Amino acid sequence: MRTTVEASGLTKRYNGKTVVDGLTLTLSEGEVFGLLGPNGAGKTTTILMMLGLTEPSDGDVRILGHDPRREPLVVKRRVGYLPDSVGFYDNLTGRENLRFSAQLNRLDPRTAEDRIAAVLSDVGLPAAGDALVGTYSRGMRQRLGIADALLKEPAVLILDEPTTAIDPEGVQEILHLIRRLADERRVTVLLSSHLLHQVQSVCDRVAIFVEGRVAALGTPSELAESSSGPERVEVVVDRDLGHGIDDADFVESVAPGRTAGSYVVTVTPGATADLVSFLIGRGVSVTGVRRVGHDLDEIYRRYFEKELADA
Amino acid sequence: MHDIEIHIDESTLLRGGWRIMARKEAADHIQSARFTVLVAILAVAAAGAVYAAANGIRDVAPRAGEVSGLFLKLFSITENPVPFPYLTFVGFLGPLLGIMFGFDAISGERSQGTLPRLLSHPIHRDQVIVGKFAGGLGVIGLTVTALTALVSGIGIFRLGLAPEPAEVGRLIIWLVATIVYLGVWLALAMLASVTMKKAATSALVGLAVWLGLVLFGPLLFTLTANAVAGSDPVPLAETEVMLSRLSPATLYQEASTVLLDPSQRAVGLVTLGQVDRALVSELTLTQSLGVIWPQIVGMLALTSVLFAWAFVAFMRQEVRA
Repeated sequence: MRTTVEASGLTKRYNGKTVVDGLTLTLSEGEVFGLLGPNGAGKTTTILMMLGLTEPSDGDVRILGHDPRREPLVVKRRVGYLPDSVGFYDNLTGRENLRFSAQLNRLDPRTAEDRIAAVLSDVGLPAAGDALVGTYSRGMRQRLGIADALLKEPAVLILDEPTTAIDPEGVQEILHLIRRLADERRVTVLLSSHLLHQVQSVCDRVAIFVEGRVAALGTPSELAESSSGPERVEVVVDRDLGHGIDDADFVESVAPGRTAGSYVVTVTPGATADLVSFLIGRGVSVTGVRRVGHDLDEIYRRYFEKELADA
Repeated sequence: MHDIEIHIDESTLLRGGWRIMARKEAADHIQSARFTVLVAILAVAAAGAVYAAANGIRDVAPRAGEVSGLFLKLFSITENPVPFPYLTFVGFLGPLLGIMFGFDAISGERSQGTLPRLLSHPIHRDQVIVGKFAGGLGVIGLTVTALTALVSGIGIFRLGLAPEPAEVGRLIIWLVATIVYLGVWLALAMLASVTMKKAATSALVGLAVWLGLVLFGPLLFTLTANAVAGSDPVPLAETEVMLSRLSPATLYQEASTVLLDPSQRAVGLVTLGQVDRALVSELTLTQSLGVIWPQIVGMLALTSVLFAWAFVAFMRQEVRA
């Protein structure tokens, strides 16, 4: 798989305070990467350095093989960016705002009109395009911001807090759109968020970012494995589990699952494999195993609480 | 190899972002309500000035053979009840055009939160500020040219007098000088818009400088000269002239007077001894230009310094600030 974004030792200091501290990261095409962390963790600064909008104090970034400091326009032509609290010209309509962006990206007027129509419907604003942005709600601005980032058909899409200010139903739509872009168009998506629940389902990998450092990095399930809390596993089996399973010492509790034949078993940390072999040893045929625990949540809370306690 | 060729082409393709910015800026200005209002006020004032001037010219018309540059008088004389001739009024109210088009150039982008998004598209940061300056200056040029054409039109209609080629030449050079003068104010307003966080503060700063230099300037310079130069009349007057030339309004006033009146042979302080036995004659356009060349260069320099300051300040700012 082709590498699209590479950061090594990326560091930013403002007035002696280190905001981003030696970030090293490699993303490939078609990957959705979540940069998760509390407000003020340095997520936005990291993103600005990747776009060449702020100078790194140290370290290096390559986007599709280009250095954003040396070839900013080439990088910006290929990277779509949704800023945190995105702004538009209030005296223009949504469509006019996008038209100006299209000009900046040197799209010819015909292509531009087609793409504007396409991205407006992608983000769920097909009818609002001709209303002044001044009349938009925050959620609509956010959607228009995503449309603006998509207009150039980016190879890399950087979304800073894409789901804030959007209603829960809208969040699902946006997350679907992100997943679709990654799967169908092989777009690399880097999204930052302080809302773990909302974005973890869509991310292939996440980094938990606290005080300018990566506290944990991996797929959501890898991170869950590294957690020390109990794990919750949903198993689908061919018979009534009933009794007989509680006597295994790594099982803490058993509850019926959502469908017939499925059970949610809480086991001690790292005991998922033990559970499966235990069941097989008992002659139970296992047709499905899925981790359902919110263990990532626990990690997240642990880092954040530490951070809050320090502050 | 192939890859390298591709992005050389692409960098070339992505050049000239300032033109896109300038076009948008100009379109925004022209469609704005403040532009409509200001142009309406200027047009009424210009028409009033030229009407009064035309009446004045009719009074001297019987002696027309002796009066040189009669058509240009349209711009430089006045008659009751209009207090200013056209050129004074451009020097006085014109700066408002510059301030109006510049005060929210950058602060407006900031307050709407559009700057990070704008800069994430393929445009350099310097192209943003250059484009905004170019767009603003373009609309200013268009406005003063249109107003001057309006004034000339009314004059031709009222007087039945067409300008001679030399007069047209003077008028065109005067227009260029006017655009340079308004460029000073545009650059000043843009500097305020870069350094001030809020558009309202930036507008106030622009207006304060305008009031200070254009309205209270003469008073201020007189007082300072009195304090500095003592009471000997000639040094006193010289100091006052020097001081007042720190203001672009003075430079512009001097430049326009000479450009629009071929019989003006000098600017500033002229003693009786200097004009004693001088022959009454008219300057050619080149000679007039020679007289006010320092003024034009002074205004250009002022524009460059102010714009360079705004430019550097803008380049150093953080996108998120």
